[in-house]
Amino acid sequence: MVKEAEVRTPLILGKDITYHQITEDVCQPVEGKAGRLWWLIFSVAVVLALWGVGMIMYTIGRGIGVWGLNNTVDWAWDITNFVWWVGIGHAGTLISAVLLLFRQKWRMAINRAAEAMTIFAVIMAALFPAIHMGRIWLAYFVFPIPNQFGSLWVNFNSPLLWDVFAISTYFSISLVFWYIGLIPDFATIRDRAVKPMAKRVYSMLSFGWTGNAKAWVRFEEVSLVLAGLATPLVFSVHSIVSMDFATSVIPGWHTTIFPPYFVAGAIFSGFAMVQTLLLVVRKVLHFEHYITIQHIELMNIIIIVTGSMVGVAYLSELFISWYSGVEYESYAFINRFSGPYAWAYWIMMSCNVISPQVMWIKKLRTSLTFSFFLSIVVNTGMWFERFVIIVTSLHRDYIPSNWSMFHPTFVDIGIFLGTLGLFFTLFLGFTRVFPVLALNELKSILKSSGEAYRGKEDHHENAPSHDAAA
Amino acid sequence: MDQFTFTDNAKKIFLGMILIGILAIVYGVVDSDISGHRIWVSALINGWFFFGIAIIGTFFLAVNSAAQAAWGVVMQRVFEAVSLFVPIGALLLILVFLASTFHLNHIYHWMDPEAAAHDPIIAGKRAYLNLPFWWTRALIFLGVWTGITLWFRKKSLREDAEGGTKWYKKSMMMSAIFLVFFGFTSMVASWDWLMSIDVHWFSTLYGWYVFSGIWISGMVTVILLINWLKSRGYLPNVNASHIHDMGKWIFAISFLWTYLFFSQFMLIWYSNIPEEVAYFIPRMQDYTIPFWGMVMVNFVVPMLFLMSKTTKRNRKLLSIVSVIIFFGHWLDVYFLVTPGTMQNNGSVGFVELGMMIGYLGLFLFVVFRALAQAPLTVRNHPLMEESLHHHIN
Repeated sequence: MVKEAEVRTPLILGKDITYHQITEDVCQPVEGKAGRLWWLIFSVAVVLALWGVGMIMYTIGRGIGVWGLNNTVDWAWDITNFVWWVGIGHAGTLISAVLLLFRQKWRMAINRAAEAMTIFAVIMAALFPAIHMGRIWLAYFVFPIPNQFGSLWVNFNSPLLWDVFAISTYFSISLVFWYIGLIPDFATIRDRAVKPMAKRVYSMLSFGWTGNAKAWVRFEEVSLVLAGLATPLVFSVHSIVSMDFATSVIPGWHTTIFPPYFVAGAIFSGFAMVQTLLLVVRKVLHFEHYITIQHIELMNIIIIVTGSMVGVAYLSELFISWYSGVEYESYAFINRFSGPYAWAYWIMMSCNVISPQVMWIKKLRTSLTFSFFLSIVVNTGMWFERFVIIVTSLHRDYIPSNWSMFHPTFVDIGIFLGTLGLFFTLFLGFTRVFPVLALNELKSILKSSGEAYRGKEDHHENAPSHDAAA
Repeated sequence: MDQFTFTDNAKKIFLGMILIGILAIVYGVVDSDISGHRIWVSALINGWFFFGIAIIGTFFLAVNSAAQAAWGVVMQRVFEAVSLFVPIGALLLILVFLASTFHLNHIYHWMDPEAAAHDPIIAGKRAYLNLPFWWTRALIFLGVWTGITLWFRKKSLREDAEGGTKWYKKSMMMSAIFLVFFGFTSMVASWDWLMSIDVHWFSTLYGWYVFSGIWISGMVTVILLINWLKSRGYLPNVNASHIHDMGKWIFAISFLWTYLFFSQFMLIWYSNIPEEVAYFIPRMQDYTIPFWGMVMVNFVVPMLFLMSKTTKRNRKLLSIVSVIIFFGHWLDVYFLVTPGTMQNNGSVGFVELGMMIGYLGLFLFVVFRALAQAPLTVRNHPLMEESLHHHIN
């Protein structure tokens, strides 16, 4: 490994950071006691989650008639929330898999938390199609099950079925990837644990990790293989979600750019959520040395890039709807920006296309407060994007006598807030019992990218002959 | 061996290839069975294909610079040399556009003043597809792309002479500008120059699909040049890890291209709306085997051969795969243009092959001259040290 060029900003700040210091800093939230602020937020999240569970029970008990759906708008908040959560669940695996393949060292400070976020977000997402079935106790029929269960078989032509496969595969791989990365870090916590109970639990979680060279070699091999498997999944999941809409013949849904544009949008919203969570985590758990301004800036750059891709896709959809000369196609878009849901369209446009562009200003993309504010704006914008695509395309269909509006009921709102509560409950729990930074991976870049080692001549590390021979 | 010499032998070969191209054109003109239209169709196919390869040189330089990627620094001059075909490629495209404007060919049906009168769909597109606006766009795009390409070269030579981090920082800025501009305009250019051939048809994904096609063509061209230069003893600093990474890019972009092909095709096929399937039906019915063959080759060959690390590091195998992909993607461009312009009469004869050889000869002549104009390794790049020590498993 050769030292990094001087033009690069160090990824681990602090002149006195050592391997031991990293362990101390990362294990401190797990070993210490939670502060008052944590308990406060956690309680709010739990209350919201319980409210959401109540609303879900109510839905299952009474049927989905308690939602605001009607004959024309037969998909609304449920699918909006589903797509929004799946989208958020894209950043984690992108960071852990794609950035691993690109050998981006800055990913190591953020991958653990982002992957946890992915897992929780995908769980939230999967909830919506399940409760939308109405008779959730028959949910197993979404899988191709043997004929002994009855001769009803799944429809392989339906993109909704592809969704079942895509999301469950994605979830499994993300979970395995996340867990494999955790093993060495769990072992570190195990070795430091003083309470017998904690020692026992973390021993089990760390699968008897010894940390010998062979284990590390296999660890790295497996990470690469999983990264190779997960990368196509990052693309496939949201592509297939987009096909739920794009394979139909509904103007505003049926357009060929949907798969890559949904993927870009998913990464965009996922990074916004990572930004929201990590800016808080960094402050509360004192990770300023590891999640540096540069990390925030790089994530903001990803937000600009993907936001611009989404912007180009919006504009091309708008343009092609006119260019096509197809009356229904053009009307779908005219209705979007000037019809009764124009307010939603313009919220989407300003949050997703216009506002990220201010990140071109370096001062803003390196400002913590502003980054936090913008991440919330993007999260909101991306929720509205799905709402616009789903509801405005449906509410005025081919027959004007069918036109109607969608009005959410307290149950729609309650379930959405409930998933937010559940998500934060899980994430806050994660920050207390899991190592929030990949501490062993961070150690691997300390010498090459840490400020503590900048300018120090290290002949052993710097020997070029080794690389030249390879 | 840092100074590349463009040998007389190589010059002769490339001039010979150009001569074959000229012969093909002459043959096309003289033989009364062959319409002039067919020559112009071929000029658009090759013009776009080789221009696309060249502009990817600029694009990849910009991506590397904006992402502060170090590994590509030792190969930077090869990307630069490829990008220096941009000005000539732009002129060759303008030549086709002029010929279309003055009705020397019938590539763009909407340019026919009669067309709009009888066709309400074309009439509806008049606000966008009209000659003044179309030409303005074309000249701005080609002009800015050429300008930035030449700027990158100038910056690279200045950095060699002056050192410091000034040019490194400036080029990061310019790369961001280029990527934003190119990201949007490459899409519009593909609508203007290619999608408007099938003037009734539309697809929102088209721009990204065309872009992924030129991206892969550009990358295989660069890897072929690098492998050739290495086989001649040049570029000693390019090690197996650099080659491996180039192989990964080819693997990845082949998948990207296939993904975009599939997304566009599948959604149109699945919905089966007459206005949309009108694009694929001639391709599937009149050109069944070559069309599907092209798709399969461009997907299966890189997938099977570049999956393993060994092939990606083996220069010979990587070159073979690259040559197959190169022709595979030439065929992709062929199918972007031919069914819309030649209907079911498209063929690949002496005119098409000869013109491709001619364009290739010209392209290589320009690229080799550019390679010989500057040392093959950049000096004073702040990330050079990292690039020299690039090592992956």
